[in-house]
Amino acid sequence: MSLLHWAIVSPFIFAIMVPIVYKYFRKIHTGWFILPLPILLFSYFLSFLSNTRENQVTSETLTWIPSLGIDFTVKVDGLGLLFTLLITGIGSLVVLYSIYYLGKNKEKLNTFYTYLLLFMGAMLGVVLSDNLIVLYLFWELTSFSSFFLIGFWYDREKSRYGAQKSMLITVFGGLCMLGGIILLYLMTGTYRLSEIISLVSPELFEHYLFIPAMIFILLGAFTKSAQFPFHIWLPDAMEAPTPVSAYLHSATMVKAGIYLVARFTPFFGESPVWFWLVSGVGLLTLFWGSFNAVKQTDLKSILAFSTVSQLGMIMSLLGVGSAALHFESIPDSYFTVATTAAIFHLFNHATFKGSLFMVVGIIDHETGTRDIRKLGGLMTFMPITFTLSIIGAFSMAGLPPFNGFLSKEMFFTGMVRVQEMGLFNLETWGILFPIIAWIASIFTFVYSMVLVFKPFTGKYQPEKLEKKPHEAPLGMLISPIILASLVIIIFFFPDLLSESIIAPAMASILPSLLSGTETFHVHISAWHGFTIELFMTIGVVALGTILFLTREKWKQVYNIFPEKLAFNRLYNGLIESSQRLSHTFTNMYMNGSIRSYLIYIFAFFTVILATTLAVKDAFTVNTTNLAPIGVYEVLLSLLIVIGCIAILFAKSRLTSIILLGAVGYTVSLFYVLFRAPDLALTQLVIETVSVALFLLCFYHLPKKRNEERIRFKLTNLLISIGVGTMVTLIALSAHSNKLFDSISQYYVENTYTEAAGKNMVNVILVDFRGFDTMFEITVLAIAAIGIFSMIRLRLAGRKER
Amino acid sequence: MEILMAIVIGVLFMSATYLMLSKSLLRIIVGTGLLSHGAHLLLLTMGGLKKGAAPLLGEQASSYADPIPQALILTAIVISFGVTAFFLVLAYRTYQELGTDNTERLRGTEGND
Repeated sequence: MSLLHWAIVSPFIFAIMVPIVYKYFRKIHTGWFILPLPILLFSYFLSFLSNTRENQVTSETLTWIPSLGIDFTVKVDGLGLLFTLLITGIGSLVVLYSIYYLGKNKEKLNTFYTYLLLFMGAMLGVVLSDNLIVLYLFWELTSFSSFFLIGFWYDREKSRYGAQKSMLITVFGGLCMLGGIILLYLMTGTYRLSEIISLVSPELFEHYLFIPAMIFILLGAFTKSAQFPFHIWLPDAMEAPTPVSAYLHSATMVKAGIYLVARFTPFFGESPVWFWLVSGVGLLTLFWGSFNAVKQTDLKSILAFSTVSQLGMIMSLLGVGSAALHFESIPDSYFTVATTAAIFHLFNHATFKGSLFMVVGIIDHETGTRDIRKLGGLMTFMPITFTLSIIGAFSMAGLPPFNGFLSKEMFFTGMVRVQEMGLFNLETWGILFPIIAWIASIFTFVYSMVLVFKPFTGKYQPEKLEKKPHEAPLGMLISPIILASLVIIIFFFPDLLSESIIAPAMASILPSLLSGTETFHVHISAWHGFTIELFMTIGVVALGTILFLTREKWKQVYNIFPEKLAFNRLYNGLIESSQRLSHTFTNMYMNGSIRSYLIYIFAFFTVILATTLAVKDAFTVNTTNLAPIGVYEVLLSLLIVIGCIAILFAKSRLTSIILLGAVGYTVSLFYVLFRAPDLALTQLVIETVSVALFLLCFYHLPKKRNEERIRFKLTNLLISIGVGTMVTLIALSAHSNKLFDSISQYYVENTYTEAAGKNMVNVILVDFRGFDTMFEITVLAIAAIGIFSMIRLRLAGRKER
Repeated sequence: MEILMAIVIGVLFMSATYLMLSKSLLRIIVGTGLLSHGAHLLLLTMGGLKKGAAPLLGEQASSYADPIPQALILTAIVISFGVTAFFLVLAYRTYQELGTDNTERLRGTEGND
C-alpha cells in the first residue's frame, strides 16, 4: 500500500477510532481529535500541485481481485486533485465549524463524526479511483453515509423521510451507473478508466452499447448531482445538521455527478447525444432550480434550490465544453472557455455556497428559526454574519468584486459562443442557450437578494424568535470567514487558480486537445471591455432589482404554477401506489388457502408440460415394442379405474378408505402379474397397515360433522383431468422414445457370481445399491420418532394450563 | 399393455389430483395414497412389461423381468409409507387439537399472520 492508498483509507481508520476517543475523552469535543486529519490530508494533496501542473499523473496500484480485473488503482491528475483539495479543504473547515455548531453534551458526536469520516474517505475514493468497480464501491458508500447523516436526528419524521428519499433516488442512480460500467466493460474489456478513455475511437461510437452505456452512466451522475427531475431529494436532505448540508449537499457529494460527467467527457464527449443530454438537462435544472428557489421561505430550502440551479449551470457548461473536442488541437481554442468556466465555477460555488450554509446555520443557531417570514432586522445584532452573507450571496448572484462575477461572465461567454460552433443543429436551437442562461441568472439574482435582505434588513420581530439574537462565537465564524475571504481573493487574483488548478483539470477533461507536453493556458480577468457578457450582467442586475422589489406582486405566479408541476407529488404518488399495488397483488394470490396454491402448482405443471410437448412436437406413440395384453390385466385395470372413480363419488369417508385399500390390493395383484414377488409382498403388508392407520384417523374425526360428498368444482375437475392426461401422454411418449437398453443385464449376470445371492431385487437393495436402503431405513426411523414425539409432546397445551 | 397401463396411471393421477384439491384433510391423504400408487405403477411400466421370469436366479429362465425398477419401487413404497404414516398421525393430532378437518378453516392462529 502506497502513501496515497493510506490517505484514502485514513478516514476509515479514524472512523473506527472515533467511538473509542468519544468514550474516554468526554471532556474534550470529539471534533478536535478529527480536525487534524483533513488538514493533514489537505497539505498532503497540495504537494501534488507541482506534478499535475506539468500534466504528470501519479498512479498507484494495489491488487484486489486480479482475476476479475478489479484493482484498487489510485490516480491523481488535475481533475482528481481539484476535487480532493475541495473535499479535504472544506472538510477541515466543516469539522471546525461543527465543533461549535454541535453541542458537546446534547448530540451523539461519536456517530456524527464516524459518518462524516466515512463520507470523507468514500468521496476521496470516488475522485481518485481509476478502477470503475472501486469507484462504484466508494460511490455507494457516499450514498450510505449521506443517508446516515441526513437521518442524524432520527427521532424526527422529516429527517427519516428525507434520508429515505435521498437513498432511494441516489441508489437508483448508482445501480444504473453500475449497469453502465458493466456495459462499458463489455465494450472495452477493461474496468480501468484511463484505459477506457484511451480506447475511444469512431468504431466505438457505432457500437450498439455506446448509447445505453452513456445513458446509464448519466443517470448515475444526474441523480447524484440532483439534476432535473431527480433534484427532489436535495431540498429534503436539508433536514441534516447544517455542517452536513454545507459539506455534502453543496460542496462535495452533489459534485460527484459533475466529476463523473467531467471524467467521461473524453470518452462520450464527441457524441451529439452527450452534448444535448448534458447541456440540455443542465440548462433545464439551472432554470428550474433558480425559478423555484425564489418562492421558498426556509433559508436552507433557498440554498438547496440554488445548489440545484448552480449544479445545473456547471453541468450545462460541461456539456457545451464537450463540443470543443470537435475542434482539433488548439489548446486555447475559442470553445474551451465553457470547460474553463465549469471548473472555475465548481470551485467558486464550493467556496460561496459553503460559507452561505454556515451563515444560515449561524442564524438558525442564534435565533432558533430559519423561516424568512419570522426573521428581519438582524443587521445590527450580527454585523459579521451579515457581511459574510453579503459576500456569499453577491458572489452567487454574480456581482463584482466577488468570484461569482468572473465565473458568471465566463458562463455567458460559453453560452453565447454555442451558436457559433456550427455543430449538432446548434445554428437554430443554439439561440436558446444564452436566453435560458440569462433568465435563470435573473432569478438567481432575485433569490440571492432575498437571502441577504430578508433576514438582515427590514423590521426586527423579537416576539417571533425563540432566542434573543446575538453575534455567533468566534469559532463558528472562522470557517465562513476563510471561505468568504477566498471569494474575494479569487476575484482579485484569479490567476492563482488558473495555472495551478484549472489548467491541469482541463487537461483531464479535454486530453485530446493537447499533444505532447503542451498545457492549457487559462487566463481569467475581470475586465473584458464592453462585451455582450457585460451588458447581459447589467441586464441581470437591472431586471433582477426590479423583480426583487416587486416580488410581492408577482408571487401569485407560483400559486398556480409550480404546485401542479411539483415532482414531489409524483414521487410520493409513485411510492404510495407501488406499495399499494404490491400489497393488493400479494393479497390477491396469497390468500392462505392450500387449495388455491395447489391449483397454481398443478396448473403451472400442466401448462408448462403441454407447451413443451406441443412446441417440441414430442408426442409419439410407438406400438412396435409393446407387451401383449392379457385378460387378467384388463380386469385388474378396470378394477383400479372403477375404484378410483368410486372414491371421487364416495359419500362417506369410510367408503373412500376401503376403496383406497381395494386399489392398493389391486396394485399388489398387478405386481404379481408383472413378476414382482417382493413388491407384491411389501405392498400387501403396507396397504394393510395404511388402511388401519386411515381407519384410526377416521375414528377420531369430529363427530358432529355430517358426512358429505366432495363439492363439485369445475376448475378442480379440469385441472385434475389436465394432470392425468399429461401424465398419460408423457408416459406414452417416453416409452415410445427409448434411446438405449437397460443396464439390468449386468445385474442378472453378476447377482450370484459377485454377490452370492439369487434374489436379484434383494441383492440390488442390500448389495449393489445398499446406500439407498440405509437411508430409507433412516426415513422410517425419522418418521417413527416424529410420530412418537407428535403424540407425546404437548407443549402448547401445557403452557395454557 | 403399456398403453393400457399409461391410461390406468393417468386415471390414478387424475383422481389423486381431484382429491388433493378437496377441502377435507383425510381426502387429501387418500389422494396422496392414490398418487403414490400411480407413481409406482409408472415406474414399473416404464421399465418395460416384457414377459419374463420373476427376477430370481433359481428360475433358470432365459429372460427375467427388469430387477432395477422393482428395487426402486420397493424403496419408494417404504418411503411413501413412512411419510403417509407421519402425515396421518399429523392429521389425527390436528383433529384432536383444532377440532376440524377442513383445510379452508386451517388459517393459522392470531398473531401468527
